[in-house]
Amino acid sequence: MTVLATGAATTPTLALVGVIGVLGAVGTTLLLERSLTRILLGVVVLSNAINLLILAAGGPAGRPPMLETQTTAPMNDPLPQAMVLTAIVITLGVTAFLLAMAYRSWQLEGNDEVRDDAEDRRILRAAEHGDLRAQIRAERERLARAEDDDLRGTS
Amino acid sequence: MVELTGHLVPLPVVLPLLAAGLRLALGRRWPRLQRVLSVTTLSVVLLVSVLLLVAADTHGPLVVQVGGWAAPVGISLVADRLSALLLVVSVAITLAVLVYSIGQGMVDGEEVAPLAIYHPTYLILVAGVATAFLAGDLFNVYVGFEVLLTASYVLLTLGGTGSRLRAGATYVVVSLVSSMVFLVAVATIYAATGTVNLAQLAERLAELPPQLQLVLHTLLLTGFAIKAAVFPLSAWLPDSYPTAPAPVTAVFAGLLTKVGVYTMIRTQTLLFPGGSLDTLLLVVALATMLVGILGAVAQTDIKRLLSFTLVSHIGYLVFGLAVGSVHGLSAAIFYAVHHITVQTSLFLVAGLIERRGGTTSMRSLGGLATLSPVLGILFFVPAMNLAGIPPLSGFLGKLGLVQAGVAAGGPLAYTLVAGSVVTSLLTLYAMARLWGYAFWRSPSLAVAATPGTVLESPGEPALTSAYGPEETVGPASRRTVTGGATTLGGQAIVTTARLPRTMTGATIALVAFGLALTVLAGPLTAYCERTASELLESGDEHPTLAPGGDG
Repeated sequence: MTVLATGAATTPTLALVGVIGVLGAVGTTLLLERSLTRILLGVVVLSNAINLLILAAGGPAGRPPMLETQTTAPMNDPLPQAMVLTAIVITLGVTAFLLAMAYRSWQLEGNDEVRDDAEDRRILRAAEHGDLRAQIRAERERLARAEDDDLRGTS
Repeated sequence: MVELTGHLVPLPVVLPLLAAGLRLALGRRWPRLQRVLSVTTLSVVLLVSVLLLVAADTHGPLVVQVGGWAAPVGISLVADRLSALLLVVSVAITLAVLVYSIGQGMVDGEEVAPLAIYHPTYLILVAGVATAFLAGDLFNVYVGFEVLLTASYVLLTLGGTGSRLRAGATYVVVSLVSSMVFLVAVATIYAATGTVNLAQLAERLAELPPQLQLVLHTLLLTGFAIKAAVFPLSAWLPDSYPTAPAPVTAVFAGLLTKVGVYTMIRTQTLLFPGGSLDTLLLVVALATMLVGILGAVAQTDIKRLLSFTLVSHIGYLVFGLAVGSVHGLSAAIFYAVHHITVQTSLFLVAGLIERRGGTTSMRSLGGLATLSPVLGILFFVPAMNLAGIPPLSGFLGKLGLVQAGVAAGGPLAYTLVAGSVVTSLLTLYAMARLWGYAFWRSPSLAVAATPGTVLESPGEPALTSAYGPEETVGPASRRTVTGGATTLGGQAIVTTARLPRTMTGATIALVAFGLALTVLAGPLTAYCERTASELLESGDEHPTLAPGGDG
């Protein structure tokens, strides 16, 4: 392990950090959208940002990490690359699943918006109904009172 | 003997994956054989886990370097007391739920298209949970999480109906975000220390400057807290769990959040043992308990109510962890075991209720205690257990937590003790309310309770009125309620007067397991104490790199 360049001792290039920042910002913005397709794009962009982050964590590029070569120049750290490969495969699977979900949602409802929770909406509507009922009750009482007054007035 | 059991460590991961592959390859052929295959696999895994538990308790942690690569580079699987215990409980739960869902599938005659993937996905979920528990490095914890989460996405949206997609979208996006936060944490930790091996991390993280430690610590805890549904990050859970099929919700409730708690325990004891952020965790635990249980009290749907109690009781686990003492941690571990069992049984009972009554809405149910006394008992025992009525295991767990809190002292700890007692009482209230509505009142009341009449009764939150005029016509409209009675595939359920024997049997077994935890509380508490002291005292000697483990 000592041969490998570890991230603790070295710093990645600034360009990589810049790219990670931009991708991260774009991905986060897309993730906050309502449409599942945009969220999906956000996930893809954001996970690429994270993949680059993992690569950057391995330090600057060195020579290929092969034991047979004779030079003494510092080797590239192979572990982040292995991790990135795993992460890419996982992202691929999740992307496929999200695509299927967006398609199914479009099949069922004609759009792929992420909807509000049904219960939350129900509570909101219940509150509105409650307000409405209170208004009606108040109105009825007012009318009844007015009627009483009318009756009293005519007798 | 030690050598032999050492080789067993990868089996809880490998066996379910193999069985899942076999089931996928077999497709729809020989359904009976396939059911036997799934049940046998999980039974064998249960046996293996018990062996691991015994071995880890007597001989210390078991370590396997997968593929023979040495620890810092290769993948190591570690079974210590904590992971072995949680593994045993998880596998026992999943086995019971598997039998239950086989019963449900047989009754509904569902071996058709979307359901052909149910069992393989379920087995992959088990493999993912086992990976997360056994992983000896941070990146494999991430892989384990992803395996179980991806399986859970499929299970949650099974059948692809509208309501499940809606719930699934929230769940998938939130889980993705939590995974990304976790992955960022893994990357930054690697950048800072040059390793992802838990044992090496324990040494190297301690050498970092405190500010950097705080950043990494917060990143990790945030990722795990979303998965564990700790308060400000818990809103996704009650929105997404109730729409899934009953067995799926049951296994999610039992396992997924607890895997998050397990990783939080590892973070606090192994990676960042200094007790920093404990105060924050205490505050968050209090908020989780109170907000969760207040949500539960307001619900009228049984599954949603149970989802809220699930969130609320995660607070107890975080409380025990944040107290930071051996007693607190051991009580938290005991409580985790208890809560996995009880919460899963309650969700299974909710599935039985919806099969008997055609709905899980408390307002439309009634008289279940006379209609089906077995169902009454099956609900009553775990409900009282959850509320913490002595002498059940819920009471013992809460007592342990309260004692640890009092021993810790200080105003915040006392507030938490008070908060946990209040939460316990409110849980009892929520359960009693459910019992009163669904089980005790006369069945005629429930049938007569058209949404209009319920609406007029004073002091009641008029939730039923809000379905909209087009949906509030009669009993048939109850099918449109979220969390209403649906089969695994998402079709409306056919209610039966007689409960399917396999489903009832599995539920009875699980409730009995919960009672067994009460009977065996003595040995179990002793085991949890040993686990907690192992975690807290030898924090920097995580066994991954132990010389005996190079197998």
